[in-house]
Amino acid sequence: MNAMRYIEEVGRYGLMLVEIFRKPTKWNVMRGLILKEIDELIFNSLGIIIFISFFIGGVVTIQTALNLTSPLLPKSLIGFATRQSVILEFAPTFISVIMVGKVGSYITSSIGTMRVTEQIDALEVMGVNSVNYLIFPKLIAMLFYPFAIAIAMYTGIFGGWAAAVFGDYAPTADYIAGIQEDFVPFHVTYAFIKSLIFAVIIATLPAYHGYYLKGGALEVGKASTVSFVWTSVIIIIVNYVLTQLLLG
Amino acid sequence: MIKVEHLSKSFSGVNVLNDISTSFERGKTNVIIGQSGSGKTVFLKSLIGLHQPDAGRIAFDGVYLDELERNEQRELRKAMGMVFQGSALFDSMTVAENVCFPMQMFTTYSEKEKKDQVDRVLNRVNLVDAHHKYPAELSGGMKKRVAIARAIVLNPRYLFCDEPNSGLDPRTAILIDDLIQEITREYDITTLINTHDMNSVMQIGEKIVFLKEGKLAWEGTKEEIFITDNQAISDFVYASELYQNVRKVYQEKAKTGH
Repeated sequence: MNAMRYIEEVGRYGLMLVEIFRKPTKWNVMRGLILKEIDELIFNSLGIIIFISFFIGGVVTIQTALNLTSPLLPKSLIGFATRQSVILEFAPTFISVIMVGKVGSYITSSIGTMRVTEQIDALEVMGVNSVNYLIFPKLIAMLFYPFAIAIAMYTGIFGGWAAAVFGDYAPTADYIAGIQEDFVPFHVTYAFIKSLIFAVIIATLPAYHGYYLKGGALEVGKASTVSFVWTSVIIIIVNYVLTQLLLG
Repeated sequence: MIKVEHLSKSFSGVNVLNDISTSFERGKTNVIIGQSGSGKTVFLKSLIGLHQPDAGRIAFDGVYLDELERNEQRELRKAMGMVFQGSALFDSMTVAENVCFPMQMFTTYSEKEKKDQVDRVLNRVNLVDAHHKYPAELSGGMKKRVAIARAIVLNPRYLFCDEPNSGLDPRTAILIDDLIQEITREYDITTLINTHDMNSVMQIGEKIVFLKEGKLAWEGTKEEIFITDNQAISDFVYASELYQNVRKVYQEKAKTGH
């Protein structure tokens, strides 16, 4: 019975994705909506992204430094490990899970509130494709998410440098040498591919939970929680699959 | 004119609407009454296409809804205005933006034309100084008036109102009822109102359809309510002592002919 329900939900999610691109809203209206969502979903998230990335970079540096007990290992390894960790995992995946909490919950609760207050019904009665009107601008806005991840990468590595130098774990020269060591440009491409796919998931899965919500205010809260759990789980699974496909 | 033929709808095996057939004339205020849970809202939402009926057909001026493609149904909906129970105004928009929204979406009017039309309909619903207010800053009655303004801004052919005066004080409720009736006549549209407020029924009801447990239990005019022998509607209407007295007056009038 549960399996059938999950299959039905996956099917409905697929149909919703198709509906996003049908009967598009007038461009001059949509343009305004997209700009508003870029501001809400991307620019308003930069503060928390920079804050978290800076400190995560610092923590990775400190932990790497504390585990390099052998005097035979060069200090540049600290910079190397920080760069690899931040670019491959912390910036794209860890930040995405944080963004599920911030952006995903906002999307679920804002669309869910529109559902319970009949605002979505009002759109439909007017003849508006409500799925396109509500979700398409969020999807397009989230395509700018890799830029936010690029900022997270820079900030994380900078946070690592700050921790290394001011914590006296490694001098600047060694840290810089480390972050330049064995650099594989495809790792950055891999991170951007991941963040783009995560962006689509963060824009659409919470939107699905809000759009098909039934009930009242209590259900909006529950849907936000369910949406956070499921979107995080899907991101973790997709992260594993993409890593195996692109790096394995 | 809206014609409903053998409309049925169920949710999870529970029959909410059962074989309803009726029609609603243009230029009249048609009122659907019934207790809470009698299927009024589902009936209204089935008419406007928000619920897909399990059986039966609905025709708008001879055009059957089920013969239209999804996009054609959306086109037809542009000729409909709906006032929701909770007003359903867009929280993130001001009153003027809410009213302008259908024009923004579906017309090529210039900014001046849109502004003039917004001013005209807001004046029509007696809201002259609320253009820049947000829904959260409005009273219940003002929200309803904005919802009516938004519903009529594109000159619809059909107006649907779901419990338009629920949660309003009696005086404001009368104002809203009168406004809906005036608009129905002025714009010559087919209006359907869901309500369980007998004051509304007596105030503006021209045709009354009574639903009980998802079935059409009675239909007629407000005058006929007081002389009908139908037990179902009598139980509903005369739950209030006031209407028991009104019935006595009507029956005496019928006997004496005065």
